[in-house]
Amino acid sequence: MKYGMLYGALTALPLIFASATAQAQDFKACQVTDTGGIDDKGFNETAWKGAERAGEALGAEVKFLESQAETDYQPNIGSFIDEGCDVIVTVGFLLGDATATAAAANPDVDFTIVDFAYSPTIDNVIGQVFNTQEAAFLAGYLAAGMSETGTVGTFGGINIPPVTVFMDGFVWGVEWYNAARSASVQVLGWDPDSQEGLFTNNFESLDDGRTFAQNLFDENADIVMPVAGPVGLGAAALADELGTDQLKIIGVDADQFFTDPEKQHVYLTSVLKRMDATVFNAIELSQSGNFEGGVIVGTLANDGVGLAPFHDFDSAVPARLSGEIAALQNGIINGSIVPGQ
Amino acid sequence: MTDSQTGVGSAKKYSVSELLTNPNEVDLKTLLLLPAMAFMTALFLGGVIMFVSGVDFTNIAFSYRALLVGSVGSVFALSETLVAAAPLIIAGLSVAIGFRSGLFNIGAEGQILTGGMAALAVGFSFPELSIWVHLPLSLLAGAIVGAVWGGIAGWLRAVTGAHEVISTIMLNFIALRLVDFSLKTDFFQKTGRNDPISKSVLDSALLPDLLTWIDPQLRVNAGILIAFLVVFLIGWLLFRTTIGFEFRAVGANPDAARYAGIRIGWTFTATMAVAGALGGLTGGVQVLGVLERASPGFSSGIGFEAIAVALLGRAHPTGVLFAGLLFGALEAGGRQMQVDTNVGIDLITIIQSLVIVFVAAPILIKSLYPFAFREHAK
Repeated sequence: MKYGMLYGALTALPLIFASATAQAQDFKACQVTDTGGIDDKGFNETAWKGAERAGEALGAEVKFLESQAETDYQPNIGSFIDEGCDVIVTVGFLLGDATATAAAANPDVDFTIVDFAYSPTIDNVIGQVFNTQEAAFLAGYLAAGMSETGTVGTFGGINIPPVTVFMDGFVWGVEWYNAARSASVQVLGWDPDSQEGLFTNNFESLDDGRTFAQNLFDENADIVMPVAGPVGLGAAALADELGTDQLKIIGVDADQFFTDPEKQHVYLTSVLKRMDATVFNAIELSQSGNFEGGVIVGTLANDGVGLAPFHDFDSAVPARLSGEIAALQNGIINGSIVPGQ
Repeated sequence: MTDSQTGVGSAKKYSVSELLTNPNEVDLKTLLLLPAMAFMTALFLGGVIMFVSGVDFTNIAFSYRALLVGSVGSVFALSETLVAAAPLIIAGLSVAIGFRSGLFNIGAEGQILTGGMAALAVGFSFPELSIWVHLPLSLLAGAIVGAVWGGIAGWLRAVTGAHEVISTIMLNFIALRLVDFSLKTDFFQKTGRNDPISKSVLDSALLPDLLTWIDPQLRVNAGILIAFLVVFLIGWLLFRTTIGFEFRAVGANPDAARYAGIRIGWTFTATMAVAGALGGLTGGVQVLGVLERASPGFSSGIGFEAIAVALLGRAHPTGVLFAGLLFGALEAGGRQMQVDTNVGIDLITIIQSLVIVFVAAPILIKSLYPFAFREHAK
């Protein structure tokens, strides 16, 4: 407060500008990450990008706290309430309970959570959920078409809906390919019917990512989609060592070709989940005073989810395959194709 | 006690193990001044590390101010410090009591997990009980299962000579996976969820919050009172009972203890069972006071930090109390550091580690600050 006034006094001459700045400086958007950390090159980092953009475009003051363990969720949120944050962004399904509790206790603070939708909705919480299966479906179709061994694989971090929805879509995409081309490409690591599959049970260990990718590779998979935040970077390291003719990786959340530049050549594509856009939206709504509790759903149609470009593999993907994927994308957008049905 | 007996500056040299097993014979200067000096040195080096990693002087100053404000600067900060300190104190005592018998209990982590699960199981079953029955019963379940888990390592040591460092580490892994497995069973898993998360503890088994009548944000709960009580009880056990004397005698010199008629094997098992009970109680306090449910790896490294707390507290109950409070303060203050200056929480880990390195190397600290430890001729 004291610094805000000082700042105002220093810039007193262009009066309008000064008051605008002071007002903007007063608005605090604060983000609590999940255990993957702010620099996970995917999930948390993408959400943080949205907050950073809000900082630049809206002049909001943005802060973050990294959760190192699940025990940190509640105290981290508590610290931000104590800090006087106007809107608190919690990143991840696992923060669902902690966010709901904090929101109920602090009706004056706006909350928005990535990957959780409350039912019934809470007045001061916007849930951000994504139809990720739509984009993962396209990735599955692509993987099936690009696999030389006829086997592709996936594994997840923890068996929670926002993770398994990637794996559902991926498997459905492969099945769609098998039906369309009379092929018999196998998917390892996930069964959409029993909802059981391969999970590292954490979002931190790069070693686990490497081991799981190695296991899938040993079982003949030549394309693997890890859905486990930074854990997937371990899988990318393995693909880098083996060479992309042996193993390719499908990134998740962000376009990992850009977020993981050292290993960018191993990413066939990435399943994009644009948390940056939804986080930015929620912060903007809170700042402008139009915040209303509810749900934002990211879809292929509204660009909330998507398939990244193939980058280095552009020339390797046959025109027929990329054409079919474009057609599928249109089909999903206009509703004629519903993944999983 | 004369100054020459403390060994400072005299011909007698300290070994760390000697300090650990006989801290009751060490004077206040060594018990408090040494850790304090180690802490200051670690803070200074932490500042150097921040500077090297590109943080300017103003921000270093701001960071340490935030550390102070975030740990003791407000009621909220104090509350957070106590919440973080409670499990560290109890688990620290678990490790400390092992040190007293010459045992290195690396297994607090596993004892927290198994004890926590037991406390949880009792805590979400039995909906009809009153808090006066349900809460103590849940805590007791945690302590008993922890005692069994720790006792296994002590018994293995006594009967087969298997080193407790190895067996407790392995028991940690087993406990970790056992929790993963249990959380997927129908008995533990929250209804309607696919991920490994447990049912919630019933209200009648929750440790009551102490200060929510002032502000609902204040999370400090009765766990800290349990920690204080345990500090007192362990002090009494170690220094006022025959069992405690046996623990210490075996730790000081097992051969002499055996010659004096103390059953070494039994003492090893008993020590580890008591240590395990404290570990299990820590798990109970975490689950019933802070988490209210369990998820994979809910011990979140408390069992390992406890080793540091026990070392810093020189395995003395009072020392462990202060060390636990200090580490709790570092945790709460570290969060504020991150909020105010974006200095990563990792730096706190570095400072904590530096403190331990310096405490474990008393000679180094003494040679750095000769004036503080100079003997005064009488």
